[in-house]
Amino acid sequence: MKNDESKKSSRRRFLKDGLLFGTGALAVSPIIQSCAEEHTMPQDMVKVLTPDGKVLEVNRANLKEVKGSQLATTKEAIAGLPGRKFVMVIDLAKCKNARKCTEACQEGHDLAKDQEWMRIYLLQDGPQTAPYWFPRPCFHCDNPMCVSVCPVGATYKRTDGIVLVDTDRCIGCKFCMTGCPYSARVFNWKAPEHQRLEEKDYSPELNVPAKEGTVGKCVFCADKLRNNELPRCVTACPMGVIYFGNILEDTITNGDETVRFSEIMKDRSGYRYLETLGTVPSVFYLPPTNRMFPVERGLENLDEENKSRYKDVEYVKSLNNVKKLK
Amino acid sequence: MKLINSYSKGKLHFMNTFDSKSLLKDFTPEIEKTSLTWWIVLLIFIMIFLLGIFGLDRQISEGHIVTGMRDNVVWGIYIVNFIFFMGLSYAGALISGVLHLFKSEWRKPIIRIAELITVISLLIGPFYIFFCVGRLDRLYFLVLYPRIQSPITWDVIAITTDLFGCILFLYLSVLQDLALLRDSAELNVPKWKKKIYTFLAMGYRNTIAQRKHLEQARNIMAAMIIAIAIIVYSVLAWIFGVTLQPGWHSTIFGPYFVIAAVYSGTGLMIIIMWLFRKIYHLEKYITLKHFSYVGYILLIIGAFYGYFTFADYLTKWYGSQKMDAQLIDKLFSDFFWLFIFANYAGILIPIIIIGIPKFRTINSIFFAAIITLLALWVNRFLIVIPTLEMPYLPIQDYRPAWIHYSSTWVEWSLSAAGIAVFAILLMLFSKLIPIISISEMTEPEVNTEDNI
Repeated sequence: MKNDESKKSSRRRFLKDGLLFGTGALAVSPIIQSCAEEHTMPQDMVKVLTPDGKVLEVNRANLKEVKGSQLATTKEAIAGLPGRKFVMVIDLAKCKNARKCTEACQEGHDLAKDQEWMRIYLLQDGPQTAPYWFPRPCFHCDNPMCVSVCPVGATYKRTDGIVLVDTDRCIGCKFCMTGCPYSARVFNWKAPEHQRLEEKDYSPELNVPAKEGTVGKCVFCADKLRNNELPRCVTACPMGVIYFGNILEDTITNGDETVRFSEIMKDRSGYRYLETLGTVPSVFYLPPTNRMFPVERGLENLDEENKSRYKDVEYVKSLNNVKKLK
Repeated sequence: MKLINSYSKGKLHFMNTFDSKSLLKDFTPEIEKTSLTWWIVLLIFIMIFLLGIFGLDRQISEGHIVTGMRDNVVWGIYIVNFIFFMGLSYAGALISGVLHLFKSEWRKPIIRIAELITVISLLIGPFYIFFCVGRLDRLYFLVLYPRIQSPITWDVIAITTDLFGCILFLYLSVLQDLALLRDSAELNVPKWKKKIYTFLAMGYRNTIAQRKHLEQARNIMAAMIIAIAIIVYSVLAWIFGVTLQPGWHSTIFGPYFVIAAVYSGTGLMIIIMWLFRKIYHLEKYITLKHFSYVGYILLIIGAFYGYFTFADYLTKWYGSQKMDAQLIDKLFSDFFWLFIFANYAGILIPIIIIGIPKFRTINSIFFAAIITLLALWVNRFLIVIPTLEMPYLPIQDYRPAWIHYSSTWVEWSLSAAGIAVFAILLMLFSKLIPIISISEMTEPEVNTEDNI
């Protein structure tokens, strides 16, 4: 029974993939929503291939991207993308806690408002040192504690460096959460609410729908990477804080500018958070020197809830004291 | 009485004057009839157990959100209870195993209590892991897709081995009594009980050959469960020790957990001895001597436990790495009284009570044991919770429940249910087989001079 279903679904996937292969050369996974309109400029027209082999011309405006259509199956998601080793570089000098990365991530992965795979901390290493905003995705460590301690192989490391969680396999023991020194993992304490995809469309690369009693975390938007797109947080950031790329090509980009990974690490003295722990993260940070914004900019435009997060930071305490004195 | 002749040299101990007939006569009343109070107490425990089942039902239907656990403190008092119950199982491993191998004379009346504590707490402990697991329906994945790198897999292997070993050890030690009960004509018990005895005694006839085999098997098992228990408890400690979390990532954790386990197990041993002595009127068999001797074990282990605790916190405090210093600061502020109770009172009070002869009475030793037991529960709480409340990246959250752990009624109801099940199983067992081993009491000693 189960076999039949999986056979059927693989056949369906084959047909779908075949169709997409044909159209993919012209546009990114489009389907025809309606037939072409009559009076349009030639540059608005796009050629697409129909399932019965005809080539049609359609208006670009009438094309709709099929979301999730190219999601990898659980099996496909185990192998990494060949020839790639992903790396993220976060420029702390540019971050002003706009929270757009967090929001885009929540939107993209159907997370509840209080579940954050990308979390922004306000760090201050010592009382006299400068505070700075610190976006923290999963670090996709090369020596990942979470993977070592998982008793059922639900969380795994791929050849392209990405660490994923298969929530169909996860038993919810939470050992990975205590193992991770960066608090990168989130537990589904109750049944998730709005989920745009159904169980059959589940892929560890997107991790939607979430499942109660299992662990979720940042997946470096592996679904986007498969389609040669940048992760959601990278494109959502208005300041271009987050760079992403392939370390084997020594190239990283924040969507606007593309730079050499090795050069920017050298020029800006890039570092990894808590290097001493030996987890070998794939996420690097550029120190907050020559900042684009003063730190307090990040506290503006925050709602009360989000503001209250940072009340215990030395810097915020001193700000509040100054206010009180005034 | 006939034993007297076989000892020409050694000083004869009074224990050897017991014979199985008179012992049987003394112990059978508890097996034959059951008082109304016994039933009422059993009913109370069953009610507590049912409350726990209700709590579990809430947790399964509404999700783990009904517990106090959240993203930072992902392991709450379930894990504390797990370590605690697993630790209690050490009572049997040490007292029954070691004392069996050393052939200590005084072990005889208390050895069965020790073995029972071992098996029952081992049966209960793993359930707390199950309560903590988000997907109970996938629990079999642990066996289906095991990854040997994970300390949890080590735990699964170690605990199952320990459980089988301890059940086997208990069974071997009750076998002779089962045969005795089966063959006793005077025993007035319902037919089904006799059937149980006949079935479980498995044709044991107490022949010389059978006795020899049994003795060999028990010696092997006694040695094995000591080793297995050390492994189980070390593996348990490594679940914490292998992580990078401040306060957990410590090489001392394996032996520390082993010592703490023996300490709490010995404490429970004294408590159960006291209860059975009172309730089943065993004053003749379990005397101050037994309390003192188990008390001495408690004292020695308590001193070790204190030493380990001191060594662990001293090095953390002296080195004062940022995270270690923060942890100790937290222990001495948010958790001040708990820390004082677990790591000062829990060590000093038992040592003072048992160490000073003037204070050494049955009731005071019982009191010291209660302090020990409570302190050790709190000790585990202080190992698990403060570390989880203090990750490397400071918790920056607007939800108080995400910052500080506070357990809910669901967790407490399931904790109480564990204690209730412990009591229920102990009560039921004591109605099936004498709580003092008849075969041990009548067993001839090889050389009484070596005994304490």
